[in-house]
Amino acid sequence: MHNLMKKFTSAFSVTGDESELRNIIQDEIAAFADNITVDPMGNLIVFKKGENSDKKLMLAAHMDEIGFVVTYIEDSGIIRVSNVGGIHIVHSSFHTVRFKNGTTGVLCIDSDTKPEDIKMGKLFIDIGAKTKKEAEKKVKIGDICAVTPVFQKLLNNRYVAKALDDRIGCAILVDAARNSKKFAYDTYYVFTVQEEVGCRGSKTAAFTIMPDYAVALDVTTAGDAPGEKNLPVKLGGGAAIKIKDNSVICSKVIVDALTTLAEKNKIEYQYEVLLMGGTDTSSMQLAGAGCAAGCISIPTRYIHSPVEMVDMADVKGCSALLTALIEDGIK
Amino acid sequence: MLDRLKNYCNCISPSGCEDEIRELIINDIKDYTTSYEVDRMGNLIAFKKGKKTPTKKILLSAHMDEIGFMMKYISDEGYIYFDIIGGIDPRVIGGRRISIGKNKTTGIIASKAIHLQKANEKGICVPIEEMYIDIGCTDRISCEKVISVGDYATFQPNFEALGDNFIKSKALDDRFGCALLVEIMQKELEYDTYFAFPICEEVGTDGAKEIAYNFRPDIVIVIEATTAGDIVDAPKARHACDLRSGAVISHMDGGTIYDKQLVEFVKKTAEENKIKYQIKNVIAGGNEASAYQKGASGARVIAISAPTRYIHSASNVVYNDDLFEIKELVSALLERGFENA
Repeated sequence: MHNLMKKFTSAFSVTGDESELRNIIQDEIAAFADNITVDPMGNLIVFKKGENSDKKLMLAAHMDEIGFVVTYIEDSGIIRVSNVGGIHIVHSSFHTVRFKNGTTGVLCIDSDTKPEDIKMGKLFIDIGAKTKKEAEKKVKIGDICAVTPVFQKLLNNRYVAKALDDRIGCAILVDAARNSKKFAYDTYYVFTVQEEVGCRGSKTAAFTIMPDYAVALDVTTAGDAPGEKNLPVKLGGGAAIKIKDNSVICSKVIVDALTTLAEKNKIEYQYEVLLMGGTDTSSMQLAGAGCAAGCISIPTRYIHSPVEMVDMADVKGCSALLTALIEDGIK
Repeated sequence: MLDRLKNYCNCISPSGCEDEIRELIINDIKDYTTSYEVDRMGNLIAFKKGKKTPTKKILLSAHMDEIGFMMKYISDEGYIYFDIIGGIDPRVIGGRRISIGKNKTTGIIASKAIHLQKANEKGICVPIEEMYIDIGCTDRISCEKVISVGDYATFQPNFEALGDNFIKSKALDDRFGCALLVEIMQKELEYDTYFAFPICEEVGTDGAKEIAYNFRPDIVIVIEATTAGDIVDAPKARHACDLRSGAVISHMDGGTIYDKQLVEFVKKTAEENKIKYQIKNVIAGGNEASAYQKGASGARVIAISAPTRYIHSASNVVYNDDLFEIKELVSALLERGFENA
């Protein structure tokens, strides 16, 4: 798990260009799949035949992460950007960023900006270029970038990395695919694109698959970080079974099944009620004529910053719960 | 193309009431298409066979609808209160002439004369709810003889050549795209191609959603009009695009992140054919590409747009040569086909 997390979080995969991570995931999961396809939007769909082919189980984790897109290059070589996905400017600025071709720069804010005036238009990237011409050799309008990889183990088996949202979900999906010994239903492991801009990829993938049951794997805000209020989830409190977020009310069938499986297998769990944010769960629930959809959430602190934090015990719990679901199905 | 563009721009066809423009387009294409149909919502979709049948289903799209107004209440004095259809800045409508309903009744969007404004009203825009339309009636009964609640309206047709090779009109967004598609359809095509004229783009790309579901295209090219910001005070980093700088290719906007490979393919085709193009540099706005991209099992999408000043007002302004650059680019793309895109 540690290796998957490190490998996945260091890959380049910003919303709209997830190809590098897609190739890495494909290599990791290929040996455990019966069939692999990539759809027009770029979703990676990994199929595994199950004991009961009357039912289809779709599992989804998104490959993309938030980032920045180049909108303008000034004569001085300074690069102006806009956000891709929900960027909190303070959380990302004064950090190094990396483009797909490896060009590195620093993300800064115009120095005369008062704290209350901080907005996207004040943000820029300096790649060290002295002129527009020099900058344009490395970067052009429309190029995307993200903060450079961070990966660090802290006390108590807690890890910080950038883009754990949702590389941790991708890692759990791969881990569960490898660990599952039997498959209750035809199982589709789907690594989706463009979740951060409105769950776009999962819409087409879910339409193609038309699942009976669907479970997303995504991070959720841990309510025990300073400044968080009224959120029940705790870091280290176990796998979080989602009840609702701003995009979905999870199907009771899935919530109950996950609860039963957690208790039976003695997996520590907690319920999650997220007041904001959405997940691929919503698009799967509404695909075609609809399906029973839920989400296993990984408690995470400092989401959408370069230092997202998870607890390895929670991660392992989520993977065990997912494996139990794949093997035993919905009773 | 310009005569056609004029006729199309002058149609009164806001979102939800596209009959006039649809009839005009059908009339212009019926002798040139292999087949066409109008679906349940009112989208027009045409198919034209080319010399070859490609492995991918290619669809060109330009929306028929325009922004407009809807009548919602007639007062005892015979004034009509209204709401807007699509995104219209209330600051650009005061004092404008509009055409209402089937009879194209002329109305004026009333604005209080500056002489009557109190000090605290000066320089302030009246909210839409307080604006009203004056059609020159004396009371409710006479007004109701020509206007019904629920009638549609648009800015009055006002297409004209402007200065040095510019064009001004309402509804260039997106009658330009419609006119271009029709021009292209009237020529021989290399590959089989679908042409879609969706409705209700301005109110949430509703029409294209149905087309995406029914037609399942592999590749969609959206032809649009997009905001040009080459106006006083706008910093260059916020221009989006400029008039006289050629076809606008989008890599990302408020609704869509365009297919990276297709964007490169379009840029390359433009360069090889010496067609002037620019990359949209503000991430805002959107078009029906978002509906095609995530409709059904998804499609690969691109958008090619005409740089347009004062978009969503009564006076959109475009530069003639830009329109022809786009026509050349789209023709070159269709000639080349998307087999290797």
